[in-house]
Amino acid sequence: MAGRGRGRGRGQMTFNVEAVGIGKGDALPPPTLQPSPLFPALERRAAPLPGGEEGEYMLALKQELRRAMRGLPYFVKPGAPRRDIERYSDKYQLSSPVDSAIDWNPDWRRLPRELKIRVRRLRKGRTVPLVPKQHVALDKEETIKKLESLEKKEEEVTSEEEEEKEEEEEGKEEEEEEYDEEEHEEETDYVLSYFDNGESFGPDSDDNGDEAVY
Amino acid sequence: MTQAELRLCSLLLQEHFGEIVEKVGNSLLRTGPRPLRLLVGDTGLLPDQVKKALCVLIQHNLVRYEVQPRGSVEYEARSERILRILRYPRYIYTAKTLYGDPGELLVEELLLHGHLSMSCAVARVADRLTETMEDGKTMDYSEVSSTFVRLADTHFIQRCPMVPESSRSAKAPPPPAPALAIAEKDMYVVPRLSLVGKGKRRHSCDEEEKEEHKAKRQKQEGGTSETPPDDGIYWQVNLERFHQHFRDQALVSAVASRMDQTSSEVVRTMLRMSEVTTASGASHTQPLSSNEIFRSLPAGYNIGKQVLDQYLALLADDPLEFVGKSGDSGGGTYTVSILWGELGVTRGPGAAWAPPSPFQHPSLIPLLLHRFGSRCARIFRLLLRKKHLEQKQVEDFAMIPAKEAKDMLYRMLSENLVSLQEIPKTPDHAPSRTFYLYTVNVMAAARMLLHRCYKSVANLMERRQHEMRENKRLLEKSQRVEAILASMQATGAEAAQLHEVEEMITGPERQQLETLKRNVNKIDASENQVDETIFVLESFIESTMKRP
Repeated sequence: MAGRGRGRGRGQMTFNVEAVGIGKGDALPPPTLQPSPLFPALERRAAPLPGGEEGEYMLALKQELRRAMRGLPYFVKPGAPRRDIERYSDKYQLSSPVDSAIDWNPDWRRLPRELKIRVRRLRKGRTVPLVPKQHVALDKEETIKKLESLEKKEEEVTSEEEEEKEEEEEGKEEEEEEYDEEEHEEETDYVLSYFDNGESFGPDSDDNGDEAVY
Repeated sequence: MTQAELRLCSLLLQEHFGEIVEKVGNSLLRTGPRPLRLLVGDTGLLPDQVKKALCVLIQHNLVRYEVQPRGSVEYEARSERILRILRYPRYIYTAKTLYGDPGELLVEELLLHGHLSMSCAVARVADRLTETMEDGKTMDYSEVSSTFVRLADTHFIQRCPMVPESSRSAKAPPPPAPALAIAEKDMYVVPRLSLVGKGKRRHSCDEEEKEEHKAKRQKQEGGTSETPPDDGIYWQVNLERFHQHFRDQALVSAVASRMDQTSSEVVRTMLRMSEVTTASGASHTQPLSSNEIFRSLPAGYNIGKQVLDQYLALLADDPLEFVGKSGDSGGGTYTVSILWGELGVTRGPGAAWAPPSPFQHPSLIPLLLHRFGSRCARIFRLLLRKKHLEQKQVEDFAMIPAKEAKDMLYRMLSENLVSLQEIPKTPDHAPSRTFYLYTVNVMAAARMLLHRCYKSVANLMERRQHEMRENKRLLEKSQRVEAILASMQATGAEAAQLHEVEEMITGPERQQLETLKRNVNKIDASENQVDETIFVLESFIESTMKRP
């Protein structure tokens, strides 16, 4: 009958255990009742690492490579968390602006069109070919550039946005704009069109010029 | 994709490209090819961040895209390419041994940037070399260019697939993604450029900069475009060729360990002659006549023609069959077998296909069995030779007492390195009338070991990151102190002040830093070592799968 032999003898198995080599009367290791330990004891030490010039040079290369890759623009840093209040010291901190621009200039012809995003132009070497009749605009932009050459990148991004708006007006190739213009012109929480700076109020306005001012 | 591979890819992406790219890569690896909007939904990141990450991944050839018939573009991660990031130091070191410093830097720049155009790469490398040279000397572009051409001629770098030049009419909308393609024959053609120039130092003096500005402004007003002459032609590193080189190196060292130095030189010469003529994945090189080999031997080896013939005959007769004789024209033609035969198996004479060459990688398997012991290694090698053995036969052939042999066999059985094969004598498989034979299933064992290797590298990386995280505060402090020291030295401070600044790091902290550095170095060296094993196992599995 099934199950009658259970418990008798060491523990019967479906095949002849002698063939596998467990002779009669041999003590088997006790059954394991818990999962194997996380760090089992090492029975013998590992062989020493091959040293030598080649190994050391490759080690130095590896560490160099790691360090270099962190500095490249391909290392995408996550966006800094937006602070609750905009502080005065923010302007002088040197954290790089983490907006949705891309720091390097890929060859957009090789990439699918849907991936195209705004390229943050680097300070030196503006490589935009300009049409001669845009001289006036060019000078103005150059002056702005020089003025802002010492300032933080945030303002540079703003001027680039203004310049980009000008480019759009000239009818150049549109880049995908996914940001709201109003929001990004100045980094404040107020929508600018609602802002009334009070210039039309007071003695300067034309309407009340005749009346006396008390 | 196994879990171990996924984890390793994740860690590699995170270490080299940051968290965002890691998340995107992870999502692609786990769920397969998908379009952009599904990716954005999956990862929970901003669309712009996902786009940036995809641009980075495509730039480095880690992800490829495909236009689906419906018009959407699907992105697919290439896991095997991501795993190659581990091997970058080895590629760079090989380039250095073959082509010196310019070669090393060229390969490094190409690996760091994914793909570059020739003018860009040459300019960067020249600048870097100029930095290391003494003041006043600059590196000329021509030397770097010539190294570039040599790299292309020996196929170590290749051209990327190009954008098709189609003149589309204004009416037809352009496709959502370009279909890149390149013909085999164009892959190594270097464009005729005349790159004239010298490397520039980063800290050039102000007058030079002003002149540059003026020149640029004039150029802009003149309306000339600044596209370089080789626009659109990009180069990337040909990893397959490097793998071929590593394989050749292993073959030569195996011959050297089995026979002597001269025969290994002969084999090395034969392999060098057939470097670019052998198609990847072939099992033999092209036949080479012994006259050609004699002519191409390196200058230092002036052995006579008869001696060379004797060596070739010896190599051909060797049971491991590194070299095969394939004809008699031209004084005897010989081929080198370049399959990753077995990890030590000899083929019987009844093999159906052309003689594959088993070759003993310098005790690869016994090294891996080091954790079981040298006797286990002996049993394992015995089983590899004899295929199927009974328990009793194992004990006899290996000359190991029964108890120990049993114990070792069961340990290996539990690790799945060996397996049991049943051969029934009667149809009812009665245990007392069945043979039980131990055998090694080489492919399964190789795969299992490879899986283990991936796991170990991932563990090593995690441990290293853990160590760095634990000591982050101390590392930052030491960096600050070094920066202060450097600036003080630049402005000329006295020894006493420097000493004071150095004292900011206390003795125990210094010890801690030393220990940290030692540990991190050890872990890095181990990662390199495991990667060598990964290379051997992967090549073996790949070549065995390709066999018809």
